[in-house]
Amino acid sequence: MSTLAVPSAAALKVPGFWRRALQHRSFVIGGVLALLLLMAALVSFVWTPWSPYDMDMANKMQAPSAAHWLGTDAFGRDVASLLLVGARASILVGVIAVGIGLVAGTALGLLAAARRGWVEEAIMRFADFSLAFPAILSAIMMTAVFGAGIVNAIVAIGIYNIPTFARITRASANAIWSREYIAAARACGKGSFSITMQHVLPNISAVLIVQITIRFAIAILAEAALSYLGLGTQPPQPSWGRMLSEAQTLMFQQPLLAVFPGMAIALAVLGLNLLGDGLRDLLDPRLARAR
Amino acid sequence: MGLFLLKRTLTLIGTLIGASVIVFLVLEILPGNAAQMLMGPDASPDAVAALATKLGLDQPAWTRYWHWIGGLLTGNLGDSYAYGSPVLELILERLALTVPLAVLAMTLTTVLALIVGVTAAARHNKMGDVGLMGMTQVGIAIPNFWFAILLILLFSVKLQWFSAGGFDGWGEGVLGGVKSLLLPALSLAVVQAAILARITRSAVLEVMREDFVRTARAKGVSQRAVLWLHVLRNAMIPVITVMGMQFSELLAGTIVIENVFYLPGLGRLIFQAISNRDLVVVRNCVMLLAALVVIVNFVVDVLYAVIDPRIKASDI
Repeated sequence: MSTLAVPSAAALKVPGFWRRALQHRSFVIGGVLALLLLMAALVSFVWTPWSPYDMDMANKMQAPSAAHWLGTDAFGRDVASLLLVGARASILVGVIAVGIGLVAGTALGLLAAARRGWVEEAIMRFADFSLAFPAILSAIMMTAVFGAGIVNAIVAIGIYNIPTFARITRASANAIWSREYIAAARACGKGSFSITMQHVLPNISAVLIVQITIRFAIAILAEAALSYLGLGTQPPQPSWGRMLSEAQTLMFQQPLLAVFPGMAIALAVLGLNLLGDGLRDLLDPRLARAR
Repeated sequence: MGLFLLKRTLTLIGTLIGASVIVFLVLEILPGNAAQMLMGPDASPDAVAALATKLGLDQPAWTRYWHWIGGLLTGNLGDSYAYGSPVLELILERLALTVPLAVLAMTLTTVLALIVGVTAAARHNKMGDVGLMGMTQVGIAIPNFWFAILLILLFSVKLQWFSAGGFDGWGEGVLGGVKSLLLPALSLAVVQAAILARITRSAVLEVMREDFVRTARAKGVSQRAVLWLHVLRNAMIPVITVMGMQFSELLAGTIVIENVFYLPGLGRLIFQAISNRDLVVVRNCVMLLAALVVIVNFVVDVLYAVIDPRIKASDI
């Protein structure tokens, strides 16, 4: 039986959590960067310096200036505006792909822990098969069959997330099932389903919250890579990955075009990773002391 | 050990069969009529039917599956629709680039990670440790294909030390080949090395608290010798676990990086096969990469047992 320490998400409600959180360097830096990513996407719905879709060939490949803060691309589009709107694709992919993994993976993990026996064995072996296909490989299979597009990219990244969430949920849930209060709940006549929903799920939510931030960062990286290859977000919708692939052909003329989108991806991923590290420390003080 | 090997080998075979079923279902059953897909929506029904017969699509699914598996085992992978040549020949030709690229990247990953990880652990909580760990945090966040573009900007565009892409083959000698693969391997290695360095640091710190380390120091063994000879060997289990997982990430990464550097490897072959709707090539390449991932994980598990004989069959 696993001896995994499972912190409770109830920690989020404990008085003093936010006071401790605001003193945690990783949490604060990560939180600010993640918030910036979210703000960029939200602001882009109501305002961008220029239209990200309007081409202006007379002003193509301009260096950064007061009019175009980060310059213009090969079609004269404003890079800053493209970056703001590009944040939407990253968030969209992150939310849906992690959502697919979270819902399906957690359900399978909880089922495996609750039923044990052949059900657990079957689910875990299925997770093993799925882990043989890294996100990019499953995206390639999806694209080969259904064609390139953001929906297929999201589904592929989401499917890749399922075994990861299933494994983590099952390991954490097994640790909860061995606790005495579960035995007490059983003695009171509660069934597996109500124990899972009332006791197991709330007690593993902190582990899942940390995992969500990490998988979100990985989803952003995977979307960027797929869009770079032309298998993700399709034109004219701006995407950081595709901006990089377009910039690569212009490296000799305007190298800066290849710098800004990459920086945006790296800052978003760094922010989410730091936020995940911070949450892990804050929700699991035992782990924080050991570090 | 014998039972462990037997049980682990059976799991390996089961996983390979499972993976092959997934590949077959997704790339052979899901597309419906693959002949129609290959010829496009405007093709005449007669032409589609003729191609379907030629590809064996008129046979039941399980017959086609067994035919494919039989081919995999005997090396007969069929012919590429786009290239017209045997798929096995195409794959072997491309592996001559992808395998050395992956091995070079893994070597760079290991060397960089061990140096950074052990150095940081030796300076635990001091400026050097904080600085190195900050750098690894940034390294993890950088997309490998962006790092590749930055390397091209610096070393090819600015300094002009390396070509911006392409591969002249091994005919010009090993050194020329390695030179073409150095920037791609470095782009693949940096992100993975950042992850592995953090794991190495944690594992080394864990082992440094053990009694035998204090004993070695008390005997007069130097700090450096203790770190590199005693501590590192004992810290290798988590490091090797992560290395196994990283190898699969690295193989997947070659698909992107080969496209950044226009390298004619397996990753670029898959990418071109998708553009050409060449499903026979996609299916076999995806299966090969998935099999490599599964086999590497198997080797890692067996390595655990060699490094730590306490691991038994019941642990898997």
